Amino acid sequence: MSENLTALAYLIAAICFISALRGLSSPETARKGNLIGIAGMVIAIATTLASPNVLSYSWIAAGILIGGAIGTVIALKIQMTALPQLVAAFHSLVGLAAVFVASAALFAPEAYGIGTVGNIKTVSLVEMSIGTAIGAITFTGSIIAFAKLQGILSGTPLVFTGQHFLNAIIGLSTIALVVWFSTSEAYWAYWMIVALALVLGFLIILPIGGADMPVVVSMLNSYSGWAACGIGFTLGNTLLIITGALVGSSGAILSYIMCKGMNRSFISVILGGFGGGEEVNAAQTTGDRTVRRGSAEDAAFIMKNAGKVIIVPGYGMAVAQAQHSVREMADSLKAAGVDVAYAIHPVAGRMPGHMNVLLAEANVPYDEVFELEEINHEFTTADVAYVIGANDVTNPAAKNDAASPIFGMPILDVEKAQTVLFVKRSMGAGYAGVDNELFFRDNTMMLFGDAKKMTEEIIQSLD
Amino acid sequence: MKMEKIAGVMETANASHGGDELMLMVTVFVLAIFVGYYVVWNVTPALHSPLMSVTNAISSVIIVGALIASGPLEIHLSKIMGFFAVILASINIFGGFFVSQRMLQMYKKKS
Repeated sequence: MSENLTALAYLIAAICFISALRGLSSPETARKGNLIGIAGMVIAIATTLASPNVLSYSWIAAGILIGGAIGTVIALKIQMTALPQLVAAFHSLVGLAAVFVASAALFAPEAYGIGTVGNIKTVSLVEMSIGTAIGAITFTGSIIAFAKLQGILSGTPLVFTGQHFLNAIIGLSTIALVVWFSTSEAYWAYWMIVALALVLGFLIILPIGGADMPVVVSMLNSYSGWAACGIGFTLGNTLLIITGALVGSSGAILSYIMCKGMNRSFISVILGGFGGGEEVNAAQTTGDRTVRRGSAEDAAFIMKNAGKVIIVPGYGMAVAQAQHSVREMADSLKAAGVDVAYAIHPVAGRMPGHMNVLLAEANVPYDEVFELEEINHEFTTADVAYVIGANDVTNPAAKNDAASPIFGMPILDVEKAQTVLFVKRSMGAGYAGVDNELFFRDNTMMLFGDAKKMTEEIIQSLD
Repeated sequence: MKMEKIAGVMETANASHGGDELMLMVTVFVLAIFVGYYVVWNVTPALHSPLMSVTNAISSVIIVGALIASGPLEIHLSKIMGFFAVILASINIFGGFFVSQRMLQMYKKKS
């Protein structure tokens, strides 16, 4: 294929990718968008295979078969509740692939037209080392994020003194090595860059607590894009640059939305140390204030006689796999003539849009599910707010307690509903480790128990 | 007229490897960020999870570099690296697109 034709095919692939993202503006167009994305990928791969540089196909075919089989099986088997860790794991693979490609370019620069061994263009060396560094950070950072989300590592932030100083030293050393490598093309410097970046990836994510995981996952999404970009610059490939930039900015925007959803600055999230993960600080501050406990029958009675119920799901619903029961409960209520809607906080769950996917999985129509700004004013007219597995995102302290760590965070105004039903396992605090005064309000009824079991019991009482 | 001019610029960029080529790539890079910015703000929050898995899949277009590395006939270190990169990127491409399709299949309107 001539060079121009290749460039044209790559351009078409890039446009396919842009259209794939464009399709996600609504659920109706999203499926088609995804197919266009697949088409773009096929074009990109076919074009590269047709290029004069590719002469042997056996290894490539084997690689695609092995990887494709693994990827397909994972994608078909994965539970939707485990989506955040899956995405984190996928990000790590992009990062590692970037390191491999950059290394391949270092050992065989002729194949990419960036010089000969020992004589690679300086610009390419700079791009190569930056690309590999971002890739390595993405790789280990995503592994830590995966381990935290999967529960292999505790969600508690790991903090020690001199942490930021250490990170700064490693970061500066990496930059110094990039300069050294770019002027000398010394292999040892290259591997040192890789090693330091791998360590840095671990150190950056370890101190970040479980509550900030939606930001971390988005941030790593962004990194994987920038890594692809770095490789694109190294290889002089515009398709990689365009795609990397799309992904990079997408991840950055999601990080921004998640930070705004928690009223936290990106810097403070990166510095870490926020949120316990374990329900440790519980009870202490609770003292002996009393709460109103209710049973499933009480809850069923209240909801059956309500005109409008707003369901507020949180991560606890995902953990308990209660989304299907919740939908069944909503069906029963609707059959009884009750108006049901769902309210989703931007940071509910462990990744952006996590709750929406789970509800969609449980066959909840997406036009019954609303974002915070869309539905928040409706709590005043709601008879019941059914809060299941959410806590911090409903805490009024975010509005009226300037000393609270979550002060300023936008919350769902469930307190304005006539009755608030709180499904919770215990009186524990949320991820942010703060007490929720809502539990002690007169219009609140606590339903203690497993989210799924409680909801199932309510369904039984409804029938 | 304009197209000819751009073509001319691109030609000189190709001819004199180095600064011009880099500037061209930077231009593409910055414009792509802007495209990404406007396209992604248009994505409905309900689809933010599929957005992550789709972007994950397309960022694996890095496979293009891996294919070139594993393309030569003779076996050396870079070919082995390329081979591993092909596997990793393929996991992502298949996994990312399939899981996105699975997710998107679930979004239904009120019947």
